[in-house]
Amino acid sequence: MLHETSSNPLSDQQENPEDVSSIDIQDSEEHEKESKIAVQTECLSVFFNERPALKDINLKIRKNRVTAIIGPSGCGKSTFLRSLNLMHEMTPKSKVLGSIKIHGNDITESNAVDVRKNVGMVFQKPNPFPSMSIFENVVAGLRLNGNNKKSELEEIVERNLTHAGLWDEVKDRLKSPAVSLSGGQQQRLCIARTIAVNPEIILMDEPTSALDPISTAKIEELIYNFKDEYSIIIVTHNMQQAARVSDFTAFLYLGKLIEFSKTRRMFTNPRERLTEEYVTGKFG
Amino acid sequence: MIVALVFVVSYEMFVDSKQSRDMFGFGFIFSSNWNPVTEEFGALPFIFGTIVSSLLALILSLPVSIGVAVFLSEIAPKSVRTPFSFLIEILAAIPSIIYGFWGIFVFAPFMRATVQPFLQSTLGFLPFFQGVIYGTGLLTASFILAIMITPIISAITRDVLKAIPVSQREAAYALGATRWEAIKMALLNAKSGILGGAVLGLGRAIGETMAVTMVIGNKAQIKASLFEPAYSMASVIANEFAEASGSLHISSLIEVGLILFGVTFIINSLARLLIYSVTRKA
Amino acid sequence: MTGIETISGTPRNLARRKFVDKLMISLCVIAGIITILPLLYIFFFTTKSGLSSLNLDFFTQLPKPVGEEGGGMANAIVGSLILIGLGSIIGIPVGILAGIYVSEYSGSLTATLVKFTTDVLSGIPSIIIGIFAYGIIVLPMQRFSALAGGFALGILMIPTITKITEEMLRLVPQTLREASLALGVSRWKTTLFVVVKTASSGIITGILLAIARAAGETAPLLFTSFGNSFWQSSIDQPMAALPLQIFAYAISPYEDWHRQAWAGAFVLILLVFVVNLIVRYVTRNKFESSV
Ligand SMILES: Nc1ncnc2c1ncn2[C@@H]1O[C@H](COP(=O)(O)OP(=O)(O)OP(=O)(O)O)[C@@H](O)[C@H]1O
Ligand SMILES: [Mg+2]
Repeated sequence: MLHETSSNPLSDQQENPEDVSSIDIQDSEEHEKESKIAVQTECLSVFFNERPALKDINLKIRKNRVTAIIGPSGCGKSTFLRSLNLMHEMTPKSKVLGSIKIHGNDITESNAVDVRKNVGMVFQKPNPFPSMSIFENVVAGLRLNGNNKKSELEEIVERNLTHAGLWDEVKDRLKSPAVSLSGGQQQRLCIARTIAVNPEIILMDEPTSALDPISTAKIEELIYNFKDEYSIIIVTHNMQQAARVSDFTAFLYLGKLIEFSKTRRMFTNPRERLTEEYVTGKFG
Repeated sequence: MIVALVFVVSYEMFVDSKQSRDMFGFGFIFSSNWNPVTEEFGALPFIFGTIVSSLLALILSLPVSIGVAVFLSEIAPKSVRTPFSFLIEILAAIPSIIYGFWGIFVFAPFMRATVQPFLQSTLGFLPFFQGVIYGTGLLTASFILAIMITPIISAITRDVLKAIPVSQREAAYALGATRWEAIKMALLNAKSGILGGAVLGLGRAIGETMAVTMVIGNKAQIKASLFEPAYSMASVIANEFAEASGSLHISSLIEVGLILFGVTFIINSLARLLIYSVTRKA
Repeated sequence: MTGIETISGTPRNLARRKFVDKLMISLCVIAGIITILPLLYIFFFTTKSGLSSLNLDFFTQLPKPVGEEGGGMANAIVGSLILIGLGSIIGIPVGILAGIYVSEYSGSLTATLVKFTTDVLSGIPSIIIGIFAYGIIVLPMQRFSALAGGFALGILMIPTITKITEEMLRLVPQTLREASLALGVSRWKTTLFVVVKTASSGIITGILLAIARAAGETAPLLFTSFGNSFWQSSIDQPMAALPLQIFAYAISPYEDWHRQAWAGAFVLILLVFVVNLIVRYVTRNKFESSV
């Protein structure tokens, strides 16, 4: 298929930094083997025009779990997410410091194109390619990287659309333009497009904030079902959503990581007062 | 690549005009003698014709252009604005050969029969409006140029006005300003952009070839009267280049081209910088 | 009400200001009308004079010598098509690439420089480009040729295409670029297959606009393509072009030729009108949403 592990710089490699500085270690019941770590950031800082947007983030995100990022607007949630697939390379005058390890490999020096094949992203507003049909959207990533075998692509489209819970709704009109779908359908199409390139990690930046409650429920269900195959990091403004879909939650405030623990704990018995105030709606 | 292109253009013309530059030096610009037969070449009449016709065109066009821009951006309701700006766009897109053609057959006779006699009878005491009325000549060329550059200047002025924040206008209204006073304020704020548009229009007028060639009269002379035929830099190139006999003649024409190029290059750079300075800020 | 009056001064002053207001607003409206008048006049006149002499012969016949009735501009029309074709080969790729560069790599110094130069180039008189083509192609070849004319037209097409390409690419939402990059698609493939493809209808209108403009260009052809009253299909020979023919006929003293020239002018105006209409139609929604 698309990325062979041999040529992929992100292939699993064991590493065992006994990292005590990381906050989540205190959550001893969650202390799992290092190989179960999907993403690990160390002293991750991001600057725009010399102004810091993220400061010294140390975080270990577990494999095959859903991790939610919460925090008030402008606290750096999107910035954090976008540093994980090196999207800041696109922003002039941005600077990323520290290390980001994905399955043990530091990606900050890697080729962004390879990293992104392994780290998919779903955006806040559904953004299917308007010049392409539904079918073409799903296989866009594969096609643009050179896979053009028709029979194979057809199979991929069906599998991924089914996976994204959209197949039954669109199977009769795969050739129609993607923008003819409803917002919720478009977002699921974008999810299908993302998983079609077989990433191991999926980043989602407020994927349901532009959608109605029913579409939101469908996507949350998808996220839940995806756990076996993918590690998911989701930014959300909706506390209930974080509580519903995630296993772990990170709370960011003013560019700093305030607390990172199991979601259940975060919402029932947070360690920090700031977190408690935020999750109970006292500010933000 | 495009950047390189501009350099190549200037280099090419510089080299090709060598013969004439060596021959006449700076005197080329100040001599008013242009005679292919005796191989004497001086560009002053063309420079004169170009400058006078373009400046006059700009003077005629500028107030109208600003009026149009204000009309389009502030006064006209949307239902009028859309077709109107479409027409203005068309006006800018009509090939200059058609302006010239129309100029010879429709506009010049109109000037001869109506406008010029009127000017002569009312303002005839001025040297500008004396002499024989031909129809074609400097004044007619200026009018045609004015028609041609109005869409350009008004389009830019409109864009610049749009770049002025609405809040400023609302603030003016809130202080009890009349509509015109608010507009005047916006125009004052946009003045460097409008100036840029005007300079751009001037550049277009200076370089305009076909329309001018067809109505300016094509006579290498410097006369005070605007009714007299004249010649412009672009027109002399258009008329004589293909038939130029001697290499010195060609070289001199290329030098005229080089002057034209230099002038329009500077004018356009200036105009762009002025326009950028306004639209950037917004 | 009182508040305004205190700020605005005495009532008499107010009356004067109101008068000035009315006057200036009316002047602006009049300016609008004055500008449109020549257009309508040109339109009307060209249509009137051109339409009557426009017939099938115009499109199928060669020019007839002076004195003989009839004839047409078939060779000039074909010549213009060939010249524009040659121009497009140069102008379209260069224009689009420059537009992509300016839009997608904006912020870099070279992109700014390219943008600036393109803007300046668009203001350089077309006759200068003619001299340039003369120096580069006519002089070495020792004869006028369609190649030189096409080259000049090509250069003239570049700024128009670059400008519109840039504007259209800027209208493509940033998140589409990010979506494609996030799929692990490289930057240039993203630009070409996602961004440019999304903006393609707009870019095509830019090409149409450039072609319409090039079709009416006369000055740069005078001493490059030169003109020709016969069929000519090889591009290293002088070739006729519609605007050249119009020019030659317009300044001639013959009634019959004038009529033919009006017919040619009508064809050109029609082309300009139709192309602009198409451009309006295609870009209508995009521009409105962007304002
Ligand atoms: N491209 C950029 N250039 C400059 N500053 C930026 C850029 N992107 C983000 N920032 C700044 O970085 C900080 C964090 O922004 P970020 O988008 O990560 O916030 P967020 O937590 O995702 O907010 P929201 O909940 O509103 O999406 C903000 O102060 C923002 O102004
Ligand atoms: Mg965000």
